[in-house]
Parts: sequence; structure tokens; C-alpha cells
Amino acid sequence: MKKVKFLATAILVTVLFVSCSSDDDTPEPVNEEEVITTLTLTLAPNGGGTSITLQTQDLDGDGPDAPIINVSGNLATGVTYNGTLVLLNETVNPPENITEEVEEEDLDHQFFYTLGGGLDVTTAYTNFDSEGNPLGTEFTLTAGEASSGTLTVTLRHEPTKPNTDLADAGGETDIEATFNVTVQ
Amino acid sequence: MRKYALLILLLSSIPSISQNCDNTLFGTITDLYDGSFLAGATLIVTGSEQTVQTDLDGNFTISNLCNDTYSIQVSHLFCLTKGFTIKVSGNTNKNFKLEHHLEELKQVTVKGKTYSNKSKTILENTISKEELERFSSGTLGDALNSLSGVSSINTGNTVVKPLINGLHSSRVVIMNNGVRMEDQEWGAEHAPNIDINAVGHLTLIKGADALQFSGDAVGGIIVVEAAKVPVKDSLYGKTLFTAATNGRGSSMSSELTKSYQSGLYAAVQGTLKYFGDFEAQEYVLSNTGIFERNTSLQVGLNRFNYGIEAYYSLFKNEIGILRASHLGGAQDQIRAIESDRPLIINDFTYQINAPKQDVTHHLSRIKGFKRFDSFGKLSLQYDFQRNKRLEFDIRRGTDKDNASLDLKLDTHTLMLDLDSHLTDAISLKTGLMARYQNNFANPNTGVRRLIPDYDKYDLGIYAIVDYRLNHNLLVEAGGRFDYRYMDVFKFYRTSFWKSRNYEEVFPKIIVEELDNQILTNPQLNFYNASATLGATYDFGEGHKLFFNYSLASRAPNPSELFSEGLHHSASRIELGDLRFNSEIGHKISLTFQRENEKFSFSINPFINAISDFIVIEPTEIQQTVRGNFQVWEYRQTNAKLIGIDFDTSYAFAQNFRFNHQFSLVKGYDRSLDQPLISMPPANTKNEIVYQNLQFNNLRLALQSAYVFRQNEYPNNNFEVFIPETETMETVDLSTPPDAYHLLNFNSSIDFKVTKKSTLTLGLGITNVLNTSYRNYLNRLRYYADDLGRNFLLNLKFNY
Repeated sequence: MKKVKFLATAILVTVLFVSCSSDDDTPEPVNEEEVITTLTLTLAPNGGGTSITLQTQDLDGDGPDAPIINVSGNLATGVTYNGTLVLLNETVNPPENITEEVEEEDLDHQFFYTLGGGLDVTTAYTNFDSEGNPLGTEFTLTAGEASSGTLTVTLRHEPTKPNTDLADAGGETDIEATFNVTVQ
Repeated sequence: MRKYALLILLLSSIPSISQNCDNTLFGTITDLYDGSFLAGATLIVTGSEQTVQTDLDGNFTISNLCNDTYSIQVSHLFCLTKGFTIKVSGNTNKNFKLEHHLEELKQVTVKGKTYSNKSKTILENTISKEELERFSSGTLGDALNSLSGVSSINTGNTVVKPLINGLHSSRVVIMNNGVRMEDQEWGAEHAPNIDINAVGHLTLIKGADALQFSGDAVGGIIVVEAAKVPVKDSLYGKTLFTAATNGRGSSMSSELTKSYQSGLYAAVQGTLKYFGDFEAQEYVLSNTGIFERNTSLQVGLNRFNYGIEAYYSLFKNEIGILRASHLGGAQDQIRAIESDRPLIINDFTYQINAPKQDVTHHLSRIKGFKRFDSFGKLSLQYDFQRNKRLEFDIRRGTDKDNASLDLKLDTHTLMLDLDSHLTDAISLKTGLMARYQNNFANPNTGVRRLIPDYDKYDLGIYAIVDYRLNHNLLVEAGGRFDYRYMDVFKFYRTSFWKSRNYEEVFPKIIVEELDNQILTNPQLNFYNASATLGATYDFGEGHKLFFNYSLASRAPNPSELFSEGLHHSASRIELGDLRFNSEIGHKISLTFQRENEKFSFSINPFINAISDFIVIEPTEIQQTVRGNFQVWEYRQTNAKLIGIDFDTSYAFAQNFRFNHQFSLVKGYDRSLDQPLISMPPANTKNEIVYQNLQFNNLRLALQSAYVFRQNEYPNNNFEVFIPETETMETVDLSTPPDAYHLLNFNSSIDFKVTKKSTLTLGLGITNVLNTSYRNYLNRLRYYADDLGRNFLLNLKFNY
């Protein structure tokens, strides 16, 4: 009888401990997988030379810190640049390349390059989705006369394809970054 | 009735055999449930067959009894006849209580007696079963909306959240079969997880008066009860079928109840609801379908002085959220608001895609009661709820089918209540409550937790006394104390933690510092007192005056405390505050009521002053890589709500009735001296009903509902840069939509199929004129119109 009592107590205590100890476990952190923290636009001059990078980086995602925007230099008049776009999630280590995901779902995505403030450049898409509509992770940028203004990069998710520009593209905005650019 | 009269006649014709005894037995007969005196109850002394009846005040006197033991049979029209054994020695006083419940089957005609009053000094609004059945394919919120003073805050037309006198969410407590619903009710986009078809009786209390349920109902309490089962041998059921053109769907609900004279009973009920995309006047509201599956089971034993019941219900609901309401940043918001059509309109489909909600709610309860002659009715209840909430967003890559919100909320509650009649005039309700709640947020979503993991412990104690001073005046007073302890594990973004200066305010709660997050362990205590004081004065002839003051204290909810990040479905960043304390509401309400078959009305002004009222309001614009978002921060302020509800009903000709309702509420932020957001605009409903009981109970009703434009609102607009046009544009989130008028038609007719079964056929049209309108209280009003015309066909089969 004593044995039974002891056993029962032992089982009860074990159960209690087991159930208590699970409570003490701290929850595991969640690292946001879809956050885009960094957008880097690299403009390589056609004839060779130093590439120009335009970057926006917001390491706390939708936290209170504002993105840090950096433009490495000015564009030269009359030069055509080969542009490539890289999206990173730097909240995880190693950083995750989101450009690949966007390229895999090319039918559901499109980048737009919007000019403002009298900036004299032209852009043209150089990569396309599987149905031949623009995707825009690769493009060319041709600098015209000396001028300055803004270049806005927008990524739309599930846009209407084909479209003429942002105004009739619909969909929802995944990224929007505005850079101050000068041509000289 | 005739049998009854005959019996009395017959019995009284037998000359009573009076012995040489001169003792008198006297006393009263009351309704066991609400203590009301039963007039016209019959007492028969077995053996002598001496028969007496109670007078209008429930008093009886039986004279010429000996010092002996007698068997007395007590019967009343609406009660089950009951036998008592009484020992008479000298002049004896004995009060009998009858279980007044056989009328439950006819609850449409005999109101208010079968369900005990929850509050004695606030006018309770109830919705009859018949009325509820008209909303069979809708939601609980739709049904509540038919009461004056109640509106709803909607997310589309399937997420309908009741709003009582201007307040909603955590400020409105919903009691489902004695169980407080714990379904993450804090968010405006979380509708109550209750199947309207499982509701037998619906009561609304516009205040925190019913302290036996809670002390934090700053807005009010909704009490939902399953239909009561009579104590007699019976088997009955009901099947309801509704088909509707808008949404091209239908709902079907069935219930079956078996009861025995012994008090044993069992009931089973189930509902299936399936609708595709709903439609506005001109276009399909893409991705607004709903698929709902519910069931409930009830078994029990109900005896006169003891009983036990087990109840289980499952609510499962999949709701599509308007596709066009899912946006990126502020630039998308401008496009959506400026377009008078939703930006995404697809062909009609039954398919429900992201964004969507998938909610499962299990509720189980076991309750027992025992009546003790010496001190009253003692009840013990244990309930368990599991709420599982999944929310799916538009996502990319491998996360496409992964929920972005995955919460599991478990709640255990133990309640002990004592209901006692201290004297004939004084009754006392006391009780204890203990509750444990655990929230688990699944980290596999790949999205930071909106609501953190926590354990919550609640303890409550209350007492309510009511004292019937005389036939006209009843006073009621109550108090309640609640203690809450929360043990939370919350990850803060390091940048947010620093920007809020929490480092210095809460240096001790840090558990671990990670790369860009900090794990903290806040442990919060809340001590809340609540009270009520009220009186009811009965002027006679149906005129009554209700006065009530209630003090309610509500601890901040998890989203008010811990929100910190982008809320996708609202397309804004929401920030809570760990430093909040409880909000305290003082509500005074007055109701003057006239109850009369021909002309009845009630007028109900109120004032609700709430200190430390928690509001969320926009503070700034935040830049992110995704674009610009408006930041909405929770803040505590002092608020004041004043308003009036008016109801009247007038039978102006035979079979014709005119019903009128008017509700007005004004809410102000006293600290900033500006109107509160999301206050319901004034609205009025007028209805003409024709009902002919002689002609198959034919009922035709035409209703006009007019909702005024909300003219008092805070200005939360903000400006944003649009790169395409290189301009700053205003995002107009504040301006309320125009007033609108809707016409609704409803009809029904009964057919006797067999002796015991009835078929009711109904045809309804909502928004008869197919008006295009937007509702200020619909969170999706920026993106799409509200529902267009809808034809409904109802079939009800009672058997």
C-alpha cells in the first residue's frame, strides 16, 4: 500500500514538473521572412567604368527607424547604364536574396521606374516574364542632358499585365523607394 | 383552459369534509426563477379534496386543517403540477415555489418569464426566437443591429461586430450559455464566434449592470442562451433553410430535442452556411464568401431542486476578406480611396482565397445546481474554450499558403454562484470566479507575433442585492472586484524598445537580447473594482421607470498593450503601450417605459464618462521600404458619450402595427476636445407590420432604415508624396460617407402540415431599391460599396 502511495506521488510530482517546466520555456523568436530591408540598384556604365549604386536600407523593417538612402555618385550625360536590382532581407543571417523569389513569380511582379523633377533620363526593360511582359529586375538607363530630379523604384505585386505605367498597373505596392539623382 | 375550468367547477362542487380542526395554512406561491407571485394557482389538499386558489398577489389560505401531515398538490397554468408534503401544527405559514417553465414552448407569446432577468434596473432588450430566425443566414451582429442603440462595426458584410451605445470589442462582453466568450475579441475585425441558429434567447444589457458576468463591460453585455427544454415527455425539432440571391448561397440549420418527464433531456443542433462572393449594386465584391459549419450538443437533467447540464459547441468559420482591401502603403490607399470602384473586381466565385480568416472555436461547459431551502440555489460551473484563429495574407514565395497569424487561445473558467432569497423582498446573488488563459502564437508563420504568448490569471468576486421595498419600487446594488495577473513573453524590436525609452522604464524585464529583437517578460497586475446601483419604479398600468448607475473597470487588452508593427488588414502600423492602466467608466442611464399591447414605448437617455479611455489614433507617417504607412498609436484619454435610444410600437388598426426606433450617440475625447472616431451616426427605423393570426399567421413587414451622415468626426487625414504626379496628396481616411436610406421587405406564412408540424414559408428582400451606399462603420468603406439588393427565401419546418 505504501509503495502504491509513493508511486502515485512520484507520478504526480513528475507530471507536475513536466508540465511546469514546459511553461518556463521562452518562446522562440520569429525572424520575418518576407521583409525587404534593402534595395540596391547598380548602374554599370555600358563602356566600362565605375558603377553607381543607389541603395535604401531599413534594417528594422516596419519599426520606427527610417530607411537610410544612399546614392554613390552622379550619372554622366549621354551614357547608357545596365541596371540590376537586388532585394535583400537582412534581418536574417545570412541575408536572404528576395530578388530570386520575385523572378520566380515573374508573372505576379513588375518593377516601375518613375522619373520626377525634370530628371532627363530614359529607362527600358531588359528582362521579361514568361509571357513576354516587362519584369524589370534588369533594365537600361540612358542619361540625357545635365539635370537633376528623382528616380522612384516601385515594385507592384499582382499588377495588371500588360500595362502602360504605374497609373494603370493596379496591384499592391511591395516596395517604393525614391532617390535623388543628378546627371552631369 | 376549458378543462381547467371544468376541473375547478367539478372539484368545488364536492362539499369539503371539514373535520373538527381549525388550523390555517397560509402563504404565497412564487415563480422559482424570478420570484414573481403567481396568481390563480390551485392548491388541492389530497384526501379532503379541499381546493383553494391564490389571489392576485399569490397569497392563499387553507383553513380548517388539523395538526397532521397533508399532501398538497399545487398547480398553475404554466407550471408543472407539483406535490408537497406539509406538516401542519397550529396556524402554519408555508411558501411554495413553482417551476414556471412549461410556457417555454410558447415563448413568443409569453415573454420574459422563462429566462431570468439579468439586470433589474436596466431595461433589457431581448430578441425573440421568431425574430432571430429571420436572420438565420446572417450573423449575430445582424440580429443585434435590429435593436435600438446597437449598431455594428463591420469588416465587409460577414465580420459584424456589435457596437452598443458607441462602444465595441473588449468593451462588450458576450456571455454564450453562461460562458464568457474568449475569442480574441479585442480586434474590430474579429466577429463573435456564435452561431445565430443555436441561440434560443438573446438579451442585451446596455451597461455594466450584470455584475454576475463581469465588471469590465464598459459598453454592455450580450447574453446568449440556448433554448430551454421543458420538463415533460417530448420530442421536437426544427429545420430552417434559407437561400439568398446575393452571395448565391444558402444556409441550413436543424435541431432536435428530446425531453422526459423525469427531467432528462438532450438536444443536438447543427448549421451549415455557404456563400460565394457578395455583390454591391454594380459589381462583385471579390473574395467575400463565407463557409460556416457549426454544431452544438446539450444533455442534462433538470429537476426541481437540482440539475446538471453539459454543453458543447463547435464553431468553424472561413471568411474571405475583400481582395481590394489588401494594400501596400499610403500610395495604394490613395488610389483605392479615389477610385469609386474596388481596384480588384473578379468574376463571381465560391472560392475563398487570401486574405481570409479561418476561425475554430470549441466551447464546452458543465454546470450543476442544487437548491437548498435554507440558503438558496448554488451553482457550480466549469468551462473550457479553445479559440484557434488563422489569418491568411497575400504572401510571396514559399509562404504563400502559410497563415500570417496563427493564434491559439485556451481558457478555463470555474464559477461558483449562489442565488438566495434572504426574505420575500430581498434577494442576494454572490459568486466567485477563477479563470486561467493561455495564448500561444505559432512562430512558424514567419511573421512577428501580433499578440505575444502569455498566461493570464483572473479572480473575481461579486455580490448583488435587490430589495423590493413595495409593489412599486425595487432597488438594486452590487459590487465586484477582479484581480488579473498577466505573465507575458514579448519580443520587442530593439529600435522600438529604444524609441519608447522602455530601457529606462522597464529595465528588469529583459530576458534576452538578440540581433534586432529583445525578449522581455512583462508581468502585469490589474486590480479592478466595479459597482452598480439602480432602482425600478412601477407606476402601474405598464409604466415603469428604470434608473441605473454603473461603474465598470476594464484592464487593457493584449493588443492595446503589445501591438507593435504593421497590421496588414488595416494597412497601418499599430503601436500599443505597456504602461497602460485600466479604463474606468461611469454610466448613468434612465429609461421610461410603457408596456401596452396597443401603444408601447421606451425612452432611454444615457451618459457614459470614461477615464483613461484607450483610443487608437494616427500620429505620424512612417517610411519603410514598402512605402509610407500611417502610424496609429494607442493612447489613454478621458471620453464622454451621451446619447438617447427611443423605441415605440403602435397598433393603429386591427392587424396593423407601426414600429419606430431612433438612436443617437455623441462621443467626445475630453482631453483633446474633439469627437471620437467610429461613433455610429444617428439612425432611425420605421416599420409597418401586418400580421393576421387568423389567416395562417400571415405577416408582411415593410421597413425603412435611414442612417444619417456622421457629422462629428476627428480629422485623421494625412499627406503623402506621389512620385507619378510629383505632388503631395491627401489621404482622406476621415470624411464619413453620405447618409443613406434602405428599404427592406419581409413576409412569412404558416401552413399546418400535420397535427404537430408546421411549415413556415418566408420571402424577404433587403435593400429593395438596390441603393448603392457606404457605411461609416464598415472598415472596408474606403474600397467598396455595401451590399446590393438581396432576395431571401426562408423555409422553416417545425416538427
